[in-house]
Amino acid sequence: MSSPLLATVSIENADLVAMVDALVTRHGATRGALLPILQDLLAERGEISTLAMQLVADRLGASPAEVQGVVTFYSFLGEAARGRHVIRLCRTLSCMMAGTRDVAAAFEAELGIPFGATTPDGVFTLEWTNCIGMCCAPPALLADAEAFSSVSPAQVGEVIGALRASGVQE
Amino acid sequence: MTIRTPLTLATVTPDAGLRAALERAPHEVIEEVTRSDMRGRGGAGFRTGLKWRLASEAPAPDGRRHVVCNADEGEPGTFKDRALLSVVPDLVFEGMTIGAWAIGATSGVVYLRGEYVYLRKGLEECLADRRAAGLLGSDIMGTPGFDFDIRVQLGSGSYLCGEETALLESLEGRRGEPRNRFPYPVVRGLDRAPTIVNNVETFAWVPAIMARGADWFLGIGTSASKGPKLLSISGDVARPGVYEFPFGVTIREVLTASGGENAHAVVVGGACGVCVPASDFARTISYEEASTGGAVIVLGPDRDLLDVAENFLEFFVDESCGQCTPCRVGNPVLLEGVRALKRGECTPERLGELQRLGRTMQDASKCGLGQTSPSFFLSLVDLFGPEILHRVPA
Ligand SMILES: Cc1cc2nc3c(=O)[nH]c(=O)nc-3n(C[C@H](O)[C@H](O)[C@H](O)COP(=O)(O)O)c2cc1C
Ligand code: SF4
Ligand code: FES
Repeated sequence: MSSPLLATVSIENADLVAMVDALVTRHGATRGALLPILQDLLAERGEISTLAMQLVADRLGASPAEVQGVVTFYSFLGEAARGRHVIRLCRTLSCMMAGTRDVAAAFEAELGIPFGATTPDGVFTLEWTNCIGMCCAPPALLADAEAFSSVSPAQVGEVIGALRASGVQE
Repeated sequence: MTIRTPLTLATVTPDAGLRAALERAPHEVIEEVTRSDMRGRGGAGFRTGLKWRLASEAPAPDGRRHVVCNADEGEPGTFKDRALLSVVPDLVFEGMTIGAWAIGATSGVVYLRGEYVYLRKGLEECLADRRAAGLLGSDIMGTPGFDFDIRVQLGSGSYLCGEETALLESLEGRRGEPRNRFPYPVVRGLDRAPTIVNNVETFAWVPAIMARGADWFLGIGTSASKGPKLLSISGDVARPGVYEFPFGVTIREVLTASGGENAHAVVVGGACGVCVPASDFARTISYEEASTGGAVIVLGPDRDLLDVAENFLEFFVDESCGQCTPCRVGNPVLLEGVRALKRGECTPERLGELQRLGRTMQDASKCGLGQTSPSFFLSLVDLFGPEILHRVPA
């Protein structure tokens, strides 16, 4: 079932291979399972590497290019490695009208990185996102899987602290 | 969760609608939904009964049909589906189950936007409870041979995946790029089987219609827009949140209820909607006058409408899949044009070109994203031509 190439690399990446196989077993070896597999892979490893895409493609009988095409289409996926915690700040109208820019500046100052970047220690990534359906309490953001609403610049430290506290490996 | 008015949906007796549906033949259920004249609550307003009839009549060679709940809710300014999934998830699942009975489906999927991942656990628990209660699974409510179950699948941050054919592509493990019509999903949907795709709110109203009867629903609303509608109200208002109104409510009434009396204009329908100026606040929320999936964004007197247009066009440039030229090329050109207008560097000739481009995008784009992305900008030019043009150098 695996190609010779994948058999060779798998010696050095046994943990990745095991994870992909476990996810394929959990979600099924069908094309329809591709997104759930990629979502879980990203959640567990913080990135979807080229090798991971090749492995998933191999197990689902798809071409690696097609898997890459899917990975690059979705804004929550993508090939770039992210930090352990991802902060996504909404930049759509209702949030912008309520002061998103000031919240963004506070995050950049607190973490010392611009939006689109990851802290050098690999802990935090700052990203812009479009409307997250919290427009009734703007400005809003997603911190990993959790939504925060009516965020003021003064509360930015609190959000970062909550994420640090939730980081198991911290 | 900010729900500002009592919700009719919170008063519906659990599973009374499903029981009423199972006492009838599937085609009778479709007739009742058709008689209620309910139109889809996701924005496009297609008649739900007709959609269900088409799916039930489409040949299903291997006997499979699907029910898909569109919980992608990506339209800027919309959050009422999040409220429903938090407060009355049972009703949504019950509506999907009634849909399955009506069209003869055995599987259902809720496509939940990745941004709402925190809702997943509650939804899974609700589904488990329904299975345990015999409301999902085999022989539902003791009806021999009626087998149906529902799973939840997450999106991954794409507004376009709310478009029903892009959603189906995404469920099948592909890029969320819209398909060609024809055929429609009712004929060839998920895994090529006949499929109904409906909005969260659409499914939530179905049990109420089955339990209380189509006449109850027909008694609410206007001649072409039946029933109550949930609105998501945000922006420059004292009391933002989810509101229930009958279709036909005026924009002024909505503003009074939500504390937005100072509004200079409102955006009805989100980023793909139109601008309604204060002089038109007597207009009603209805398919006849100001159609919307439920987003009302209120703009106070200090807001620059060109900033709004710029924000929306940045959104569309970001979310376009680039499959077709009018949308891929047109949105960045419109965005550049709006920025030029803001700088006072847009000539009347260029404004005319932008208008023609916008109309071409409406006509020639492949899917609803490109077809609707110019509408806010075009509505501004139509309404406030002089106000925009006074920044244009003479
Ligand atoms: C770009 C785009 C995004 C859409 N997003 C959603 C959405 O998030 N939720 C939704 O119910 N319908 C959305 N729609 C409309 C769907 O294509 C479809 O009409 C709807 O799910 C049908 O359900 P309904 O008839 O019950 O409203 C979107 C359409 C387009 C063109
Ligand atoms: S209109 Fe835009 S979003 Fe729709 S298919 Fe064309 S490029 Fe993609
Ligand atoms: S505009 Fe930010 S959550 Fe909707």
